[in-house]
Amino acid sequence: MEKNQSRMQLVAMKQSFFDQGLLDEQFIQLEELQDDVNPNFVEEIVILYYGDSLRLISSIEQALKERNLLDFNKLDTLMHQFTGSSSSIGAKKVKAECNLFREYCRAGNIEGCMKSFQQCKKEYASLRKKLEAYFQLARQVGSSEAACRSK
Amino acid sequence: MDNGCFSSPRRDFPNGLRVLVVDDDPTWLKILEKMLKKCNYEVTTCCLARHALSLLRERKDGYDIVISDVNMPDMDGFKLLEHVGLEMDLPVIMMSVDGETSRVMKGVQHGACDYLLKPIRMKELRNIWQHVFRKRIHEVRDFENFESFESMHLMTNGSELSEEGNLFALEDMTTTKKRKDLDNKHDDKEFLDSSSSKKARVVWSVDLHQKFVKAVNQIGFDKVGPKKILDLMNVPWLSRENVASHLQKYRLYLSRLQKDNEQKSSPSGMKHSDLPSKDVGNFNFPNSAIKQQNDASIDRCNYSEGTLHHQNMETKSHEGNPKGIVPHSTTAEKARPLTGNITDANIQPFASLESERKHAAFDCTMSTPYSWTDIPKSQLKKEQKPVVHLEDNFNLLPFHGKKHNIQVDQSQSIASISSTPSITEQDVAACIETKPRFSGYKKDYTSSVSSIRSSVDTFPFRPGNLMMNDQPSQPISTTNFGLKTQSSNNLSCISDLESYQRNLLFGGEAASAAPLDEDLYFYWHNMNFGQPNIGMSEYYDPGLLTEVPNHLYDSADYLVIDQGLFIA
Repeated sequence: MEKNQSRMQLVAMKQSFFDQGLLDEQFIQLEELQDDVNPNFVEEIVILYYGDSLRLISSIEQALKERNLLDFNKLDTLMHQFTGSSSSIGAKKVKAECNLFREYCRAGNIEGCMKSFQQCKKEYASLRKKLEAYFQLARQVGSSEAACRSK
Repeated sequence: MDNGCFSSPRRDFPNGLRVLVVDDDPTWLKILEKMLKKCNYEVTTCCLARHALSLLRERKDGYDIVISDVNMPDMDGFKLLEHVGLEMDLPVIMMSVDGETSRVMKGVQHGACDYLLKPIRMKELRNIWQHVFRKRIHEVRDFENFESFESMHLMTNGSELSEEGNLFALEDMTTTKKRKDLDNKHDDKEFLDSSSSKKARVVWSVDLHQKFVKAVNQIGFDKVGPKKILDLMNVPWLSRENVASHLQKYRLYLSRLQKDNEQKSSPSGMKHSDLPSKDVGNFNFPNSAIKQQNDASIDRCNYSEGTLHHQNMETKSHEGNPKGIVPHSTTAEKARPLTGNITDANIQPFASLESERKHAAFDCTMSTPYSWTDIPKSQLKKEQKPVVHLEDNFNLLPFHGKKHNIQVDQSQSIASISSTPSITEQDVAACIETKPRFSGYKKDYTSSVSSIRSSVDTFPFRPGNLMMNDQPSQPISTTNFGLKTQSSNNLSCISDLESYQRNLLFGGEAASAAPLDEDLYFYWHNMNFGQPNIGMSEYYDPGLLTEVPNHLYDSADYLVIDQGLFIA
């Protein structure tokens, strides 16, 4: 009973991610890759993503500290990487913000860059929080199996 | 794993396709690895382009395909793409989150065979094997085309020769047979082309053959055995049978080279001199007709590889050797016994061929042909004329010196046998040589073989399927050649090398070879044929070919050989 409830909760949670545009079908792809060999595949990938993201975000932040002497090329490159990383787990909203940032970069718009970067960080933080809750629940429900079935 | 042209030695292609993934993004690297593993591919991941390059260089034939991201910190993806294309000639797939047309275009310009957009779906990865397969097919196809052309030529030649006497009479018969065979062959070839679908063939690439030769030299030609070679070569996916058949061919080739040398020295009228120049190897066949044919065949042979640079070969051995196909012509001039020349020529052609490039067909199948020439160390050098040494001293045997003793003996015996017809043989050989791809030769040779009835047995080598697989190739049946000159039974004794050489040279005149695998045709020339240059086919010492010999040596063949003329 409880388990069922939790399962349903899990399913609902996941669905909300899609509905809100937080995640796209790439996430489903990851779930499909999960199997007996890698029962926690999705979570492992997401954890990798966290690590990569943190590194990139701090690099961008560092670069943005230059204020009026922004190295747009460098910023664009870093953001490009962040975009790629986000696409790996299907972080849709984060990706969208990243692309916006890159456009500002190309336009040489410092303000735009600053603003959109803040948005990026916000979206990233929000997604991370939700995913962490999701996986926690998934573990409670009992495993990757649950996570998979909750598709 | 060392891989010749065919990167994947697995029989259940595309399973086990060896993929190298290069991406600086650890998340994607892991995802791709998982996806590829799910496709039953063998995955190696790498996050640094430089590391990837060193991995590729370390194991030249260790991967079938490379997937790389475009944006990497240490090296531009396009640069890596270029390197891989140049050094390893592997198909490379680019990927990026950026799908801008200009980027994609750049990728294609740099040689990428595909450009994927991230996020990548698994279904996109499932089909990457097509790029590997496509490459292989193209290589083989080139060869085959040549072969078909050759065969047609042979057929024509064959009929022309008929006026020569009983030989021709026989030839007629064989020609017809050959025609049939040819048809079949083509079918087979085509079918075999998709060898990957049929079964994995061992493609004796230049590299692989070099390894083989090295191992053989190390062991000592007289002590050599498939098992020993296999151990030394250290090519995990290669089987004992693969090596055995390849060894056989190699022996034939060597012995033929040797024979050529011997012949060269003999004053027989080989008109090697005549041979020269005609594009391919005009083997100076005494008969102009033959010559023409031979030439044609030689040309073909030469062509098989595209441009066999037999010329390279010329340098050394050409004396008297018509440059195999091309090389034979030069040698032909010398009018040295064909054998001698041929071997040289043969060797060279191969060498040159190899150097030239991996002829598609040959690369796959016989990339070794050139390598064969390499057999004798000196000869083996790709670019050099393999046989050169042989010419004069029967060094022909691919091995320089010592190891070749055995071969030399053999070739000598063979040579002696063929001395008479030496010319023909040589001519044939010459012709054949140029075509490392046996397939091409085969056709031509078949006809010439019949006419020539050289004592040399040539095996029509069917390049298409030349892969030296374990299977016995049908030397003769496949190619038009069908002519089997009776070889002085010594042919059988002839080391594989020689036959191999012959095949190479003569393009597989193996006329009457027993139903050898289509893959390998070696025309057996009966060395004893006193016929004037039957053309290149004579030169082929089909018996030597390993693959072929199995069959060739089969009773049927031998009988024929024993009987003397036999038209395959």
